[in-house]
Amino acid sequence: MTQLPAQTERKLGLVIDLDTCVGCHACVISCKGWNTENYGEPLSDKDAYGANPSGTFLNRVHAFEVKPDTGPAQTIHFPKSCLHCEDAPCVTVCPTGASYKRTEDGIVLVNEKDCIGCGLCAWSCPYGARELDQVAGVMKKCTLCVDRIYNENLPEEDREPTCVRTCPANARHFGDFADPDSNVSKLTRERGGMDLMPEQGTKPVNKYLPPRPKDTMEEIDILAPLLAPVASEPKGFLGWLDKALEKL
Amino acid sequence: MHPAPSVILFTVLSGLGFGLLAFLGMGLPDVSGGVAFVFFFLGFALAVGGLISSTFHLGNPKNAMKAFSQWRTSWLSREGCVSVAALILMGIYAAGVIFFDVKLAQIGWIAAALCIGTVFTTSMIYGQLATIPRWNHPLTSAYFLSLSVAGGALLAGQVKAAGVLLLIAGGVQIVTWMSGDKRFAERGHTIETATGLGDIGKVRMFEPPHTGTNYLLHEMVYVVGRKHAQKLRMIALGLMVVLPAALLLIFHAGHMLALVAVLSHLAGVMVSRWLFFAEAEHVVGLYYDKR
Ligand code: SF4
Ligand code: SF4
Repeated sequence: MTQLPAQTERKLGLVIDLDTCVGCHACVISCKGWNTENYGEPLSDKDAYGANPSGTFLNRVHAFEVKPDTGPAQTIHFPKSCLHCEDAPCVTVCPTGASYKRTEDGIVLVNEKDCIGCGLCAWSCPYGARELDQVAGVMKKCTLCVDRIYNENLPEEDREPTCVRTCPANARHFGDFADPDSNVSKLTRERGGMDLMPEQGTKPVNKYLPPRPKDTMEEIDILAPLLAPVASEPKGFLGWLDKALEKL
Repeated sequence: MHPAPSVILFTVLSGLGFGLLAFLGMGLPDVSGGVAFVFFFLGFALAVGGLISSTFHLGNPKNAMKAFSQWRTSWLSREGCVSVAALILMGIYAAGVIFFDVKLAQIGWIAAALCIGTVFTTSMIYGQLATIPRWNHPLTSAYFLSLSVAGGALLAGQVKAAGVLLLIAGGVQIVTWMSGDKRFAERGHTIETATGLGDIGKVRMFEPPHTGTNYLLHEMVYVVGRKHAQKLRMIALGLMVVLPAALLLIFHAGHMLALVAVLSHLAGVMVSRWLFFAEAEHVVGLYYDKR
């Protein structure tokens, strides 16, 4: 059913820390792996070993450069996947009811059995979070690893999205935004978590933590005065050489 | 946006077909028997042919029946429902006119309204998308509707009306282009709002997330061929509006000239529709620093 729930019991989603992401793409690979081996159609590749490889991914890491008015430019690695929006336009445009948002936890999913592969949902997503699989012909998107987070066959510590589990820099956090005391709610509050393209009105659940301001090193070198160069002009032989060379 | 030939063909042909059927439903021209058969055949062929070609764009067409189910929220689903209703009612009206020489005028009028409604739902599939500012405006509906009605009048042989309606469609087209050119900037979508990094400073792409292409770039970040846009606009306008309108209004075209007017109009609408897609910029391009 493509009518959006007025409210969901829980709001599961991710916090992505742009300060700590090192751009290693480990989350991209683990996502591709898990979602090829599990839920729904595998994420296909075309011409994987040829000259023009391309494939379906549910998570991609961009990299941007930001140049402040003063000071050096910063590089920011920028993972991007479905933000499980509260006002998800991708759900309401779907003609078949294949796209839906779950009332219990707010996860946005595609029922691949119903999808006709019209691609309209991908057109309606501002964030490029949906890709039509070129082999299966159905729409693929992040499932928030719905087949991990509730999976009692997995050890407790693995019951989170595979990107979160994999991230070596701890730049990805998973939790319930409806609970003000959850880790993700706290992080969002403390670090000023933000929405991407808020002017699109999609109300994303996932939040991005902006890079922390760069600090500047203060001069606190107590030995510096003692080590200052005593003679600024060379003397003796060196002084003579210096003058002689100058005259040449 | 990628100008997929199947979608261009679909919107152009079905727009014309439903336009023609709408006039026939209103009894313009007032035909019966064999002549009516030819007119209705053309209308149905264009409308249905267009609808069929649109399924070539689907990745998984075997589920197409399910697309009628979500009319509460989805314009694409509404398009499916309204078009089928229009075709069924128009079929009943056509059968009456062709085979029994009876005019079920009320049914004809309702069917005509549904035909126009179909074109409106098609236009809303594009017009609803906030992610493509150029399309996200009532002018998109005005553009589709005015062209469909003008083309329908042309095919229905309504010489005077077609001439005037073509000029109106031309005007709508010009306004649509001019306001569309500004809308992306007006909406304020930038690489800074897309990344949320604008507070720090000026943002630019440092490295793309993948070296090859992908579905998103192929489908939504179509940048080739836009540099000829201005020339193509002139060609579109000339073929779609100026030449046929001149033939109809100044030369009072007979059958041969009318055929020229129809073919010219058709070619012009194709060019215009190609531009409609090729010039449309999707906000996801911001994440790739291209539009
Ligand atoms: S990020 Fe895109 S795909 Fe995900 S819920 Fe929002 S609009 Fe839909
Ligand atoms: S591609 Fe599939 S999920 Fe997306 S709108 Fe079309 S039918 Fe729905």
